[in-house]
Amino acid sequence: MHPVLSLIAQRLVLGVLLLFAASVLIFAGTTILPGDVAQQILGQAATPESLANLRAELGLNDPPVTRYFGWLGGVLQGDLGTALTNQRDIAESLGQRLSNTLFLAFWAALISVPLAILLGLTAVRYKDRWPDKLISAVTLASISIPEFLIGYVLMFFVAVQLGWAPSVAMINDSMNFGQKLNAIALPVAVLTLVVLAHMMRMTRAAILNVMQSAYIETAELKGLSTFAVIRKHAFPNAIAPIVNVVMINLAYLVVGVVVIEVVFVYPGMGQYLVDHVSKRDVPVVQACGLIFAAVYIGLNMIADIVSILANPRLRHPK
Amino acid sequence: MTMPLVEVRGLKIGATIYPPGAKPKAIEIVHGIDFDLGPGQVLGLIGESGAGKSTIGLSTMAYGRGGVRITGGTVTINGRDILKANLSELRKLRGGEVTYVSQSAAASFNPAKRIMEQVIEAAVLQGKFSKRDAEQRAVELFGKLGLPDPDKIGNRYPHQVSGGQLQRCMTALALCPEPDLVVFDEPTTALDVTTQIDVLKAIKDAIRDTGVAALYITHDLAVVAQVSDDIMVLRMGDMVEYGSTDQIINAPKEEYTKALVSVRSIQHPEKAPAEPVLSVRGITARYKGLNFDVLKDVTVDLSPGQTLAVVGESGSGKSTLARVITGLLPPSEGEIVFDGRALSPDQPSRSPEDLRELQMIYQMADTAMNPRQTVGTIIGRPLEFYFGLRGEKKRQRINELLDEIEMGKGFIDRYPAELSGGQKQRVCIARALAAKPKLIICDEVTSALDPLVADGILKLLLQLQKIEDVAYLFITHDLATVRAIADSIAVMYQGRVQRYGPKSEVLSPPFDDYTDLLLSSVPEMKLGWLEDVIAHRKMDSAGH
Amino acid sequence: MCRGARIRKLWHQGMLKNIPLSALIGLFFTGLYFLMAIFAPLVAPYGMAEVVGDVWEPSSADHLLGTDTIGRDLLSRMIYGGRTTIYIATMATALSFITGSILGFAAAVSGGWVDQALSRFVDLIMSIPSLIFALVVLSVMPVTVTVLILVMGLLDATRVYRLARAVAVDISVMEYVEAARLRGEKLTWIIFREILPNALSPLVAEMGLRFIFMVLFVSTLSFLGIGVQPPGADWGGIVKENKEGIVYGIGAALYPAVAIATLAISVNLVADWVLNRTTSLKGGRG
Repeated sequence: MHPVLSLIAQRLVLGVLLLFAASVLIFAGTTILPGDVAQQILGQAATPESLANLRAELGLNDPPVTRYFGWLGGVLQGDLGTALTNQRDIAESLGQRLSNTLFLAFWAALISVPLAILLGLTAVRYKDRWPDKLISAVTLASISIPEFLIGYVLMFFVAVQLGWAPSVAMINDSMNFGQKLNAIALPVAVLTLVVLAHMMRMTRAAILNVMQSAYIETAELKGLSTFAVIRKHAFPNAIAPIVNVVMINLAYLVVGVVVIEVVFVYPGMGQYLVDHVSKRDVPVVQACGLIFAAVYIGLNMIADIVSILANPRLRHPK
Repeated sequence: MTMPLVEVRGLKIGATIYPPGAKPKAIEIVHGIDFDLGPGQVLGLIGESGAGKSTIGLSTMAYGRGGVRITGGTVTINGRDILKANLSELRKLRGGEVTYVSQSAAASFNPAKRIMEQVIEAAVLQGKFSKRDAEQRAVELFGKLGLPDPDKIGNRYPHQVSGGQLQRCMTALALCPEPDLVVFDEPTTALDVTTQIDVLKAIKDAIRDTGVAALYITHDLAVVAQVSDDIMVLRMGDMVEYGSTDQIINAPKEEYTKALVSVRSIQHPEKAPAEPVLSVRGITARYKGLNFDVLKDVTVDLSPGQTLAVVGESGSGKSTLARVITGLLPPSEGEIVFDGRALSPDQPSRSPEDLRELQMIYQMADTAMNPRQTVGTIIGRPLEFYFGLRGEKKRQRINELLDEIEMGKGFIDRYPAELSGGQKQRVCIARALAAKPKLIICDEVTSALDPLVADGILKLLLQLQKIEDVAYLFITHDLATVRAIADSIAVMYQGRVQRYGPKSEVLSPPFDDYTDLLLSSVPEMKLGWLEDVIAHRKMDSAGH
Repeated sequence: MCRGARIRKLWHQGMLKNIPLSALIGLFFTGLYFLMAIFAPLVAPYGMAEVVGDVWEPSSADHLLGTDTIGRDLLSRMIYGGRTTIYIATMATALSFITGSILGFAAAVSGGWVDQALSRFVDLIMSIPSLIFALVVLSVMPVTVTVLILVMGLLDATRVYRLARAVAVDISVMEYVEAARLRGEKLTWIIFREILPNALSPLVAEMGLRFIFMVLFVSTLSFLGIGVQPPGADWGGIVKENKEGIVYGIGAALYPAVAIATLAISVNLVADWVLNRTTSLKGGRG
């Protein structure tokens, strides 16, 4: 088999193993730790009988391994269990919310990725001059600011003071596409700002790394124009690190979504997760945690596979 | 007189440096250089690191690396002052009239593109050839440069050919657009000596056949003497001497040039073998994860107070031998007898006495010293550790050692970063001597140093050997060094000892094939050496 | 003598003398925030939970930042909240550094299966985003300050572990460490005299970044309602309490957010300077 294929196969297997291990970890995190779910749900005032009843109902008396495989078996068949708080099927409640979250993340990615690459290129083009310094300063600042601050600042000035966009991002099926876009304008702007800084900084580093290679000097000494040097020599080598940067930041975006959804009261998965953490609804937390972990692991895996595919030493072995 | 192709007058080059914690500072690194170069002529630029030779070479393309820029003077090529040219004129010049061959072809080729595409790129871009003609020319050049399978090698990616081959591809890349001038920047420095001679010959023939002019930049006077018509000796951005190759090599005027010409002319009379202090017996060793032996049945002896030079090219196993003797890599077979007792194969189980009597000095003095310790701590630690010296006694002994390495008391509180390359290596020598060892393993200790500095280190080592009566196991790839200091020699090739004995025997015929190849590949400081060697080899192969 | 000489040397080389303006500003604000946190009861004009006025009063001479959602003095609450935030972040950073660097060094120096087991386990923890992991764990744990510090510190220890291990591996293959081994030095000398002094600067610079991350982390958790529980307060919690005001054009929620940002930026400026100083020390002579 071609070495690239076997490397990719290895990486895929590793991804599946990692996901499996993550599911163990999530399950163990909610089971083995000293907290008692039944006690947490009923509170300190609960009687021993009601505690025992709830434990039996939740199957907490089975050994953890049995419960884990029961849970995993359900997950593999698309059954995420039922929520403790309202007895609704989790998979059903999640479906709409997951698609809302993806809708939000998609638009944030669509805007931030090209913008980050463009700004990264600009920073490299004007390295150590004022555009680069300005971009660096803004980046440093926005890395130091919590996501919810950016959210509230925008909400305070853009939505409340100026009234350009709604301050809460409620969406539902009866809205048309334009209305939906209007509703998510602010959260998308915040998410974009949040990932832009990281992505830009990493893109800049990746391109600089390529531009400082000796083969770029060779190309310049052949009399190629700056544009041709970038297009013919820098780009083919920079594409893999940039894709890598993008994937890592999309993974980061998935986490950022959690906070932003709470800020803008957006009916997505992040808010669903946070709500049920406060309500100590363990099955929902497990399901959401697993989905977030899966997306995160998947994106990191794609990043690795792109690096493998782009490496000429692997593609054209000796 | 014909108009020169290149005319450089009063060339001054400046750079911006960024000293830590201070404001950036502009300095001048080349202080007014003049030279002429006619069509088809070769000028050698020679100097130690920091002499400004690469910077001068690139100035003929009006190019400065990093913060380097040309601050004064004129560079006239084909009658035009290129320092006044605009960017589009410069693009015609670079890659068209003047081309460049760098030291590291491996880094200078784009890893993502096939060799052919990169070799013909400038020729096609500059409109000198159509794509087809350029490819044809490239194949011709590949053949001329002695590359195997010239029709197909262009289809490979850079990582698919060897270092020596890639360096020749780089030369083809430079010659393809039929330039008037090629700048060769240390094109053979990174290569093994037996590879170097072939590449050198290929470059020389290519220059002659194409009638191109060349600037040949190197730190090795013996190499440049083989290819250039004139030589300019540079030192710290100033011209020291400029003349014909014959005059520079055979009748140098300046002291500095004389020193460069006579470098490694140290005479060291060979001592007679005695009862060995170190016996390496039948050592076979391999690294974890490798499926072949790096050392195969190696047996050598070293007499007390003498020097055994272990010489070989990269991959010959010579540094592995050092690791086996120090116990860092336990051998799979064989034993090591040191001072009459068998050494334990792995270092942690050796006695303090064994550890003290066997010391090591490394190639890179930079990484061999803890940057956070002062010279006093570095030299003082073995005194404290092995002999329990403290306080004033320790300080006194450190000062004695500093005197022995010709550095003096003032250095005791300095940090390694404040020392020059030669001084660093001297401190490492003092650290080894502090243990009062019977044997010091010297692993390429002069390879990273400029020739004159290296010479000083070798002289120091010989002098210390007389005083301290210490034996050296001297690992090197440089035969000139071997001639200068060895009492006995082991030539290593692919993990085996190819030839072993007293210096006079090893360096006298009859030779085995490899030793012959190795010995004859070492550039000699005389005109026409390259042709003599090649002719000698042709005769040999005809005779066989 | 050794340390004195070293500091004099650094001073002489202009490394301490020329502290850049940005680092000075960073040092000033970082110091200010820490002093306020330590002396909170002396500095704050009112008690933390004391109701002293109406809901969301605008700023006045009595209440410099106005009052909060139930009429407590916002400035006092900010000062006490800062104390909580900085305390949790500092303890969690300390925990993550001690655990992470000890394990990282141990893995690097011992190698073999210890290294493999630890490194693969860390890979696994890091394959789940730390906020998500913290939410999962906190959904079953009683949320107290101690639990918060433990969860945050241990999750973050994975990052410190990776850095410490990488730095120690880089240093332990250096020839001066090999030279020390060949001399017969004990493991303690090798770790404390050869490796640690060279690993310290990158680790210290990283500590600043980890501290910022902890401040953001605890604020985020509290903002989501899963961190510091009422009536206690930290900056994230104050944002949560006052966020409803935003819609009515009342900016009370923005003060703590600005405090978090300025603290984070100040520490970042200091860390940047330490990092730059380290790299220049590594590369240059003189």
